[in-house]
Amino acid sequence: MKFTKSLAITALGLGTALAATATTATVANAKACGKAGELTIVSWGGAYTKSQVEAYHKPFLKDCAGAKIKSQDYSGGIAEIKAQVEGKKVSWDIVDVELSDAIRACDEGLLETIDHAKLPKGDNGAVATDDFLKGTLYDCAVANIVWSTIFAYDTTKIKGDVPKTMADFFDLKKWPGKRGMRKGAKVNLEFALMADGVAAKDVYKALETKAGLDRAFKKLDTIKSSVVWWTAGAQPPQLLADGEVLMTTAYNGRIFNAVAGEGKPFAIVWDGQIWDLDLWVIPKGGPNKDLAMDFLKYSTGTKPLAAQASYISYGPARKSSSSLVGKYHNKDIDMGPQMPTAPNNLKNAVQSNFSFWADNADQLKERFNAWLAKG
Amino acid sequence: MSDAAATSQSTPRDALLVASDGVPLKVKLAKTTAAARRRAFLLTLPLVLFVLISFVFPIGEMLVRSFHNPVGGNVVPAFAESIAKWDGKGLPSEEVFEVFVKDLARARKVRDVGKTVGNLATRVNYEIPGSRSLITKSARKVGKIKNPPYKDALLAIDKRWSNPHVWLVLQRATTDYTLSFYLAALDRRYDKTNNIVQADELYRIYIPILLKTLWLSALITFLCFMLAYPVAYLLSTLPLRTSNLLMILVLLPFWTSLLVRTTAWIAMLQTQGVLNDVFVSLRLIGNEDRIQLIYNQTGTIIAMVHILLPFMILPLYSVMKTIPPSYMRAARSMGASQTYAFIRIYFPQTLPGIAAGTLLVFILAIGYYITPALVGGNDGLLISNLIADHIKSTLNWSLGAALGSILLVIVLMLYWLYNRLVGIDNLKFG
Amino acid sequence: MEAPSIHVAFQNVQKSYDGEILVVKDLNLDVEKGEFLTMLGPSGSGKTTCLMMLAGFEPATHGEIFLNGQPINNQPPNKRGIGMVFQNYALFPHMSVNENLAFPLQVRGMKREEVTERVDRALGMVELGGFGGRRPAQLSGGQQQRVALARALVFDPQLVLMDEPLGALDKQLREQMQYEIKNIHESLGVTVVYVTHDQSEALTMSNRIAVFNDGVIQQLSSPDDLYERPQNSFVAQFIGENNKLSGMVTEVNGDSCTVKMGTGEVITAAAINVAGAGQPTTLSLRPERVEIAPDEGALPNALQGQVKDLIYHGDHIRAVLQVADTSEFVVKVPNNVGHKVLSKGENVTVGWQIEDCRALDHMDV
Repeated sequence: MKFTKSLAITALGLGTALAATATTATVANAKACGKAGELTIVSWGGAYTKSQVEAYHKPFLKDCAGAKIKSQDYSGGIAEIKAQVEGKKVSWDIVDVELSDAIRACDEGLLETIDHAKLPKGDNGAVATDDFLKGTLYDCAVANIVWSTIFAYDTTKIKGDVPKTMADFFDLKKWPGKRGMRKGAKVNLEFALMADGVAAKDVYKALETKAGLDRAFKKLDTIKSSVVWWTAGAQPPQLLADGEVLMTTAYNGRIFNAVAGEGKPFAIVWDGQIWDLDLWVIPKGGPNKDLAMDFLKYSTGTKPLAAQASYISYGPARKSSSSLVGKYHNKDIDMGPQMPTAPNNLKNAVQSNFSFWADNADQLKERFNAWLAKG
Repeated sequence: MSDAAATSQSTPRDALLVASDGVPLKVKLAKTTAAARRRAFLLTLPLVLFVLISFVFPIGEMLVRSFHNPVGGNVVPAFAESIAKWDGKGLPSEEVFEVFVKDLARARKVRDVGKTVGNLATRVNYEIPGSRSLITKSARKVGKIKNPPYKDALLAIDKRWSNPHVWLVLQRATTDYTLSFYLAALDRRYDKTNNIVQADELYRIYIPILLKTLWLSALITFLCFMLAYPVAYLLSTLPLRTSNLLMILVLLPFWTSLLVRTTAWIAMLQTQGVLNDVFVSLRLIGNEDRIQLIYNQTGTIIAMVHILLPFMILPLYSVMKTIPPSYMRAARSMGASQTYAFIRIYFPQTLPGIAAGTLLVFILAIGYYITPALVGGNDGLLISNLIADHIKSTLNWSLGAALGSILLVIVLMLYWLYNRLVGIDNLKFG
Repeated sequence: MEAPSIHVAFQNVQKSYDGEILVVKDLNLDVEKGEFLTMLGPSGSGKTTCLMMLAGFEPATHGEIFLNGQPINNQPPNKRGIGMVFQNYALFPHMSVNENLAFPLQVRGMKREEVTERVDRALGMVELGGFGGRRPAQLSGGQQQRVALARALVFDPQLVLMDEPLGALDKQLREQMQYEIKNIHESLGVTVVYVTHDQSEALTMSNRIAVFNDGVIQQLSSPDDLYERPQNSFVAQFIGENNKLSGMVTEVNGDSCTVKMGTGEVITAAAINVAGAGQPTTLSLRPERVEIAPDEGALPNALQGQVKDLIYHGDHIRAVLQVADTSEFVVKVPNNVGHKVLSKGENVTVGWQIEDCRALDHMDV
């Protein structure tokens, strides 16, 4: 197990800070894979999968004659991986998962281990273990992007005095109206504590205590009757667009794509954002293990990671990619400031603590559901 | 009929009937029908196999999973054997600690599915939240312990190991059979001295939700019945052409995907939705006080009544269609008013349909989860949502199985109750 | 006191279900107290509709129905006090025989002891004492029929309607039940309006028969009148067996007329329903009134015929002949001592009396 519990946030000052010059590509022309076969690549669907297809799949297929890719959507969790591996019928070759799921699946022996030494060097020549951000490489998983849960509002509905902090999201007096929130304890407890004045760095310390938990739920109580709960990432932009909610928490990429792709008048509030990782994992015992590993290495290279950022506003996990991040693929929008990892966006931010959630998710889910069911 | 029974009894049992060639008649009969019976059996064989494979085995496996969880014995077999003998007082002995440290260090290298330290950590974490990291973290470090005393070395890694409760849970978690999951499903748990106690009030979820599920299902069944009865009656009395057309409308929801239907309800019922717009434009309510019809219990009830309505209408319709109008006419001609004739004559004859419809709708309702998940919001969650959650996301299959088994028992009890009250052979599903 | 003897009266009653077709056209009918009146006709002739209007299950579109002199158009069926036996008995399947019979009495708020007594009496009347505890499904068809009858009578209605009550029974049982119903009718003195499409049932049971066709009563008379003196071709054809001969009226002489057949022969017939000289007519002649090979001059009418077919019926032989322009001229030759032995293809003379051959309205067949 090679991880650091808390990442040094400064290491993530991507976007504009790093000025490593991009050396000419050495990997681009090399043959990307050793074997032919059909890969089943499983991801979250929608704009997110589209960004991966554009940035990873298409270039990989160009460099890898004989390979085919079947793209499949899922809604997260490791139930399917567990069923496939335990049933010894693995049909998913490579899966995009959240960090806590990656750790747990790895702990339970459901995933292939990944040799970090075999990951390609960055375009600037840095070895992978240095090039990847701290805390993005794990025994069984390699991160591709950094994403974030933020809150957003419709600029045509809220004008003039706009919400700026997480506390504003909970302020029903000043901004009366419905709030959209993800149905679950994760993220919401952190938000609640930050809104209640707990500093971002102390959030998990507080949540480890009974008093801290009670405080978080108490804060949630104050807006409970106004909350519309969402379960899938595509819902919050829709809730905002329909006017069902005045503000909603959401994944930053979904809101960005609604703005950039569909021209919706939404604005993101970065204060109190909770960022997390998405990682590639390879279920144990799949038929295309080698090809899947080739794809993993290829897609987490400097260029593909940077290219993905021009389709969706999620930050690349390699330092060497950040300087290559340019504009949105078909519009004149600088992608750098849209990343969760942009310095401006990280002023008051917290990284989702997978260790806390691995220990407490089940119990807090019960408490959250009990709290929810009380009407 | 009684006549037939009388004739069969008039033949003395001991007088063996024989065919003209001396072979007993029964043997003869069995021979002539054997081929037909074999063919009939072969024809049903695919279904029997299908049901076995797709239903009986999985349900059986689920039931077993709810109390059989051999993870402890799989991960740390030597320790499981050693701690089983511990009397549960204070901390286990130094030998047990030694076995534990060595077994954990060995298990740390195992990457086989179901036999990793992670599996044990998950199991222990169910009973002491937060102990997953205790076990995974310790497992990474125990390899360094080479010399006794093992107890002190382990306590040095994490002082939580000095808590006897951890060892009680480990003892329990390393036995193959456990009631922990049924206790959890009933909002109960073992306390620090192995007594069964109620869970902390803040964490009690399953029994309240189960009761709410039963109550909501009953309400939905009742609403379905109230709405379906007149419709089914109308359908059964209309001329065939009109009733066929209306029947298509009734069945229309069956032909649309569940998700599409549910989404349609969202469009219809949300605060900015069609229904609220109509209310506002009719000035029934102000634009500011639009009614919350979805993402709450109301939404769950409305959507589920709609979705389950055909299951009530169809059995009612099929029963009502067989009741000729002459019964009501006969009652009227004998002097009964419309209401009296309905209550005494028509209604009792529709009971088999009512029984089938309510049983069907109720059982479907307590097992429903997609609709409440999509439109339930805060307080519209049902027990199946919790089961689905344990199967799909928390992966606590054993708890999911225990909840599922409890639900199964409730359904079977209902069935039994119905059998006592109505008689299962009186059910008429359509 | 002349009106009270009329129990039921239909006055100018019309009925339409769809606003386009009249299923009952201007019905006028009086039923006397104690009478057994049968409405007879093919299906769709309007007879059941009349019964339903009388019972109160269908409103009359026009006209008025009177019960004991009182208009009942606006009276619901439960207020009319009419007993009714339905085609399939309509015994309540979820109730025992006793409960079925007690139903009309309970509705009337009768005391328990009286209910029990009356139910027992009614069951005794139909010879089903001891069957009270059974469910209708445990009874045979004939027994169910009796229960239905007992139930219609148990509350002492003055008027009982029966809608093809014997239709579901086999022939032997039907004949027995006809006899029993007739008996009960006579002993109780109730008025019965009976609907059937079976003419022999109508003939054996009724005081009077109303023959329905096309929404109109074709003839209302006693069974013997109906058979022997049909007033039009439909009745002649519908009741019993009938030979039809088409011809043209050449001359009308009071009660009789001369008719020229299509094949040229001339016949003298009773002028019952003829439009006058020069108009077409259909002659009606019962097979049993035709004589084979009569003595020359003994009968006023004699035609030549050829035997087409012979069917042996035991007590008689049916001979099918070609006579004039019909090839289905039926003669019943009694199988008595010294009867005329016919053979196929043989030419014979057939003859009959003037009054047995009725010249009626023309009917295209």
